[in-house]
Amino acid sequence: MSAPASTTSSSASGLQAGYIQPRRRGMTMRRREMIDCYIFILPAVLGLLIFYLGPMIASLYFSMTDYDMLSPATWVGLENYRTLMHDAIFWKSLRVTVTYSVFSVPLVLGLALFLALLLNQKFRGVTAYRTIFYLPTVMSGVAVATLWKWIFNPDFGILNLLLEKIGIHGPAWLADETWALPALILTSLWTAGGSMLIFLAGLQSIPNDLYEAAELDGAGIWNRFRNITLPLLSHVTFFNLVLGIIGALQVFTEAFVLTRGGPNNSTMLLSVYLYQNAFQYLKMGYASAIAWAMFLIVMVLTLAVFRSAPMWVHYQETQGNAK
Amino acid sequence: MSAPIRPTVRRASRRQTQSLAKIVSIAILTIGAIIIMVPFFWMISTALKQQRNVYLYPPQWIPNPIAWENFRRVWEVVPFLQFTKNTAFIVILVMIGTLFSCSFSAYGFARLRAPGRDIIFLAILATMMLPGAVTLVPTYIGFSKLGWTNSFLPLIVPAWFGSPFYIFMLRQFYLSIPAELEESGRVDGASNFRIWWDLMLPLTKPALATVAVFTFFATYNDFFGPLIYLNDRSKQTIAVGLSYFTGSNTVGPQMHLLMAMTLMATIPSLIVFIFAQRYFVQSIVTTGLKG
Repeated sequence: MSAPASTTSSSASGLQAGYIQPRRRGMTMRRREMIDCYIFILPAVLGLLIFYLGPMIASLYFSMTDYDMLSPATWVGLENYRTLMHDAIFWKSLRVTVTYSVFSVPLVLGLALFLALLLNQKFRGVTAYRTIFYLPTVMSGVAVATLWKWIFNPDFGILNLLLEKIGIHGPAWLADETWALPALILTSLWTAGGSMLIFLAGLQSIPNDLYEAAELDGAGIWNRFRNITLPLLSHVTFFNLVLGIIGALQVFTEAFVLTRGGPNNSTMLLSVYLYQNAFQYLKMGYASAIAWAMFLIVMVLTLAVFRSAPMWVHYQETQGNAK
Repeated sequence: MSAPIRPTVRRASRRQTQSLAKIVSIAILTIGAIIIMVPFFWMISTALKQQRNVYLYPPQWIPNPIAWENFRRVWEVVPFLQFTKNTAFIVILVMIGTLFSCSFSAYGFARLRAPGRDIIFLAILATMMLPGAVTLVPTYIGFSKLGWTNSFLPLIVPAWFGSPFYIFMLRQFYLSIPAELEESGRVDGASNFRIWWDLMLPLTKPALATVAVFTFFATYNDFFGPLIYLNDRSKQTIAVGLSYFTGSNTVGPQMHLLMAMTLMATIPSLIVFIFAQRYFVQSIVTTGLKG
C-alpha cells in the first residue's frame, strides 16, 4: 500500500520532486483513507445486507410460496396475493389500519404542535412542564398498555368512573366493537411528546426578530402563527408527518396487549393480522404477502406526502431572509 | 402633545396581553399535566390497595390501608428477578453494540471518502422507511435455521451491525465538528482509528449519551422481539413477562398485583429518564431536524 511513494524521485530534479512527492503521498493517503472508510462503514454495510436487503429479497420470494417452517417451501406464484384480494379479514384490517392512522396521526401532530407552542415561552418551570409532557413517550410499551387496560375497564376503570361524575354512562370501551378502535386511537395521544419535542426544537430555530417585526406591523397572535410560525415550521411538520404515518401504520404492542385484534376484528391492525398468520398459523408465505401489502401502503402514502411537499413545505434559504 | 405617550401605552398593553397569554398557557399546561398524571396516580393507587379495596364503588382514591406487601407478593407469584436479569443482560449488550457499531460506521460516513460511500449511505437512510414487517419473516426464519430462537442472540446480534437512525444522527454530529481538530491529529501521525477513538468519541459524548438513552428505551420497551424469539418463561424480559400475567387467570384478575408489577416495570425507565432528560432537547435541536 505504501510502496509507490519511494520509487519516484530518481528521474525528477529536486524542485520537481518537491512538487511530486506530496502528490504521491497524497495518493497513498487517499488509498489509505479509502480502505479505512470501507473498514469503518463495514458494520453498517453488513447490517444493510444481512438485516435489510437480504431479508427484503427473501421476503418477496417467500410471499410467492407456501411455507410453514416444517416442510420445505413450495412455489405458488401469485396465489397468496390472489387469496389476499378475497380475504375479508385482510380488507377489514386494512380499513382498521387506515382509520387508525387517519385519526391518530393528525390528532397526535395537532396536540404535539399545540403543546410545543405553549412550551416555547419563557416562564418559571417551563423545563419541568417539558419533562412532564415528554415523560409518557418513554413510558410506552407493555407496562402502559397494561395500565390502559385497567383505565378502560368498563366497571372499575378510572375513565368510566370520571365520566360517571359528569353524568355520562361510559361504553365498555375495549369490549365494545364500536369503541375499541377509538380507545386505541386515544392511547396513541399518550406519546405525542416525541413529536412535541421535535416541534419545540423547530420553534426555537425561528428567529425572534421576525415576530418582533410582525408585531410592530400590528400582526396579532393568530396572524403571526399563520404567516410566520406555520410556514417556517413546515419542514418540521413534514418530518413529523412522515415519521407519524410510518409509525402509525406499524403500531403493534398497544393493539396486541389491549385487544389482540378483537372484539370481532374491530381492532385488527395489519401488524396484528400479520403476527397471527406468521406466528400462530405459521403461514409464513401468506404473512410475507401481507408484509408487502403493508410496504406498498407505506410507500404510496409516504410518496404522496413527499409529492405534496412543494405545495406546503417552505425551506428557509438563509435565516432571517425568509420573510 | 399626546403623540409621545401613545407608544408607551401600546407597549404597556402589549405587555399586559403577553402576560395574560402566559397565564392562560400555564393554566392549560397545568391541566394537561394533571391529565397525564392521573393514569400514573391511578396505577400507584391500585398498586397499593388490598384486593378487597380494588373493586369498590365509589372508588377509593387514596389506598387505606396501604398494602406495601403487594410488592413482595409480586416477587412470589412472578419470577420478576429473572425477568429483570434477562432484560438487563439484553439491554446492556444491545447498548454497547449500538454505540460501538453506529459511531464507528458514522465516522466513516462523515469523514472518510471512498467510492460508493454516499450511495451506501443513501441506501441505509432508505431502510428507515422500510416497515419492519417486510424483513420480519425471513429474519425469523434465518435465526431459527441458525438455532438461535429461544436465545438472546436474535435480540442482541443485530444491534452490533448499526442502526440507520443512529448512524444518521451521529454522522450529523461528526459533520458539525471542525475538521482542523482531526488534521492536527493526523499531522501527529495518528491513524483514523485512533482519531475516532481518542478524539471523536470524547467530543461527541452528549450525542453518544442520547443514542444510549434512546437505545435503552427502545430495547427496554421492546415487546415484539422477545415475544417471537423467546419461548421459555425463564428467558422472558420484563415487557413480555408482564403481558403473560395481564391475560393469565392467576394474576390477571388481581389488579392490585398487576399494577404493582407495572409500577415496578416503569421504574427503570423513570430513573433513566430523570438522569438523562436534559440531553433530549439539546440533541434533537442539533441533529433531529437536519434531515
